[in-house]
Amino acid sequence: MTTTIKLEKKVLSENDKLAAEIRDELTKNKVAALNFVSSPGSGKTSLLEKTLQALRSEMKIGMVAGDVQTENDAKRLISAGGEKIKPIVTGGSCHLDAKMVSKVLPEIDSSDLDLFIIENVGNLVCPSSYDLGEDMKVVLISVTEGDDKPLKYPSMFRRSSVMVINKIDMLELCDFSLETVKKNALQINGDLKIFELSCRTGEGLEEWYDWLKELVKGKREA
Amino acid sequence: MHELSIANSIINIVLDEIKTKNLGEVKAIGLKIGAISGIFPDALEFGFDAIKLETVLCKTKLEIEVIPIAGKCINCSKSFEVRELVFSCPHCQSTSIKMEQGEELDITYMEIAEELEVEDG
Repeated sequence: MTTTIKLEKKVLSENDKLAAEIRDELTKNKVAALNFVSSPGSGKTSLLEKTLQALRSEMKIGMVAGDVQTENDAKRLISAGGEKIKPIVTGGSCHLDAKMVSKVLPEIDSSDLDLFIIENVGNLVCPSSYDLGEDMKVVLISVTEGDDKPLKYPSMFRRSSVMVINKIDMLELCDFSLETVKKNALQINGDLKIFELSCRTGEGLEEWYDWLKELVKGKREA
Repeated sequence: MHELSIANSIINIVLDEIKTKNLGEVKAIGLKIGAISGIFPDALEFGFDAIKLETVLCKTKLEIEVIPIAGKCINCSKSFEVRELVFSCPHCQSTSIKMEQGEELDITYMEIAEELEVEDG
């Protein structure tokens, strides 16, 4: 004999509670917050290096760089002029969770920031389940990957607000169609804002910087 | 494979329920998993079965209900099921849609063994 006890509980309720606390703190301090996700090697760190170099004179940027092993990404971001960079080494875990972020956030001091960027672990599956208190997720894809990636990882593209297509300088060398990737991505999420750029040549970066400036301005005035 | 982390969260929540409600043996845990939650049910069961052994849930089963994806069109207000991962309204083709289901990752019930009263003599 058994009895059934009803229970309406979100499995990630603990994570979501911590993420809400992070979001409250960042909103109170008028800090725009982005969670960067992609496959390994799409160019998250490269784009963040460029962003730091271009914008650090006009806004205060804090970043956490998540990696399964090594602090290499955080070191690169510090070399690019980042002053408020903290590594999170997950020691095997395939994603960041809100607990890891809330542990390092006090060291970054969000009261003195305009923009907070979380570089997630390179993985298009697992990080999609974890809210980290960001305003929005930015998903990167590079032209050396397949243009069907949005269809293969729908959860991530559905939960992201922005898609950055990186390495467009290599379009001629790859069987990757910009038209196809955009069609696939918009099928999953019609509201996606899309950027096409190359961190290597600098093409398309100005539009990205302009959008970030508007985002920060909007948050400040909110 | 974050299903292991998810399995761990499930175990923690259920152990907490057992403690606060003073429950007996948990035979099964009911879960609702949305088709676009990013969770793969087989991997979750695999992860749960691996880590449950060291807990009082070592004999507990997961009963997983997969919830299909459905949305409501913000433009024409009609509800529809999302098929073949096409997230647009089949009636007016608008891509402005509100998700109604399919993203769940919820514990919905626990099945508890009732202790049999042993009669003396």
